[in-house]
Amino acid sequence: MSNTKTFVYINRKAPYGTVYALESLEVVLIGAAFEQNVKLIFMDDGVFQLTRGQDPEGIGMKNFSKTYAALGDYDINQIYIDQQSLDDRGLTIDDLQALVYEDEDDDWNEKSSIHLVNREQLSDIIESADVLLNF
Amino acid sequence: MKFTIQINTGPYTHQASDSAYRFTQAAIDAGHSIHRVFFYHDGVNNATEYSVPPQDDRNLQQLWSELATEHNLDMIVCVAAAQRRGILDENESKKNGKNGVNIAPGFEISGLGQLIEGGVQSDRLVVFGD
Repeated sequence: MSNTKTFVYINRKAPYGTVYALESLEVVLIGAAFEQNVKLIFMDDGVFQLTRGQDPEGIGMKNFSKTYAALGDYDINQIYIDQQSLDDRGLTIDDLQALVYEDEDDDWNEKSSIHLVNREQLSDIIESADVLLNF
Repeated sequence: MKFTIQINTGPYTHQASDSAYRFTQAAIDAGHSIHRVFFYHDGVNNATEYSVPPQDDRNLQQLWSELATEHNLDMIVCVAAAQRRGILDENESKKNGKNGVNIAPGFEISGLGQLIEGGVQSDRLVVFGD
């Protein structure tokens, strides 16, 4: 496969309660093998997927939130958080886990994969998609 | 134009599978090509041969199977989603010590990579259902 496309994944649901957050992460990780240009958006209740200190044992679910930290190793480092969604839920960026990657073009310096964006920037990111997957 | 179709909801409760079926047929009739139909989430329930809707209702599984035969469609059911929901082919059934096989003709169990590959290879990925 020679052609590279921009895949945008929109994550809009809470991590537990439905299967979508888990499935989205699954698709992203499997899709990484295809070496496409991948962008992840977290908005609406989807911002809860990245919150620190998740403990879903009481509802019999596996805590998969630690897996997000591996995204950087899969060269997935374009992660966009909707500022408005954080504000609406009384969250700040400090409530979310840090996601980083090592920049091979800059002496493997560790950099943050997370970008806070407003609605206008979000619409540009969505506009840039060749393939849009909504979870 | 080359399409990949993704179906996320099961038959009958929602119209998504009906709409996807009609869209697929219309696309073929209009001279477009279907690279793949990918059944995901509850959409895998479209692939069970054990569904027996009333005779005066449409049988979505059968419609899909017929469409697949008629146009040689590549209809893929996500393996992880299928295992969770009891959609089994011969191989999966044996591997998991089950007695029955319920995957309908024309459907094939494979991985999520097929969805990504569909997105890469097609001009449009069209998604039906939540």
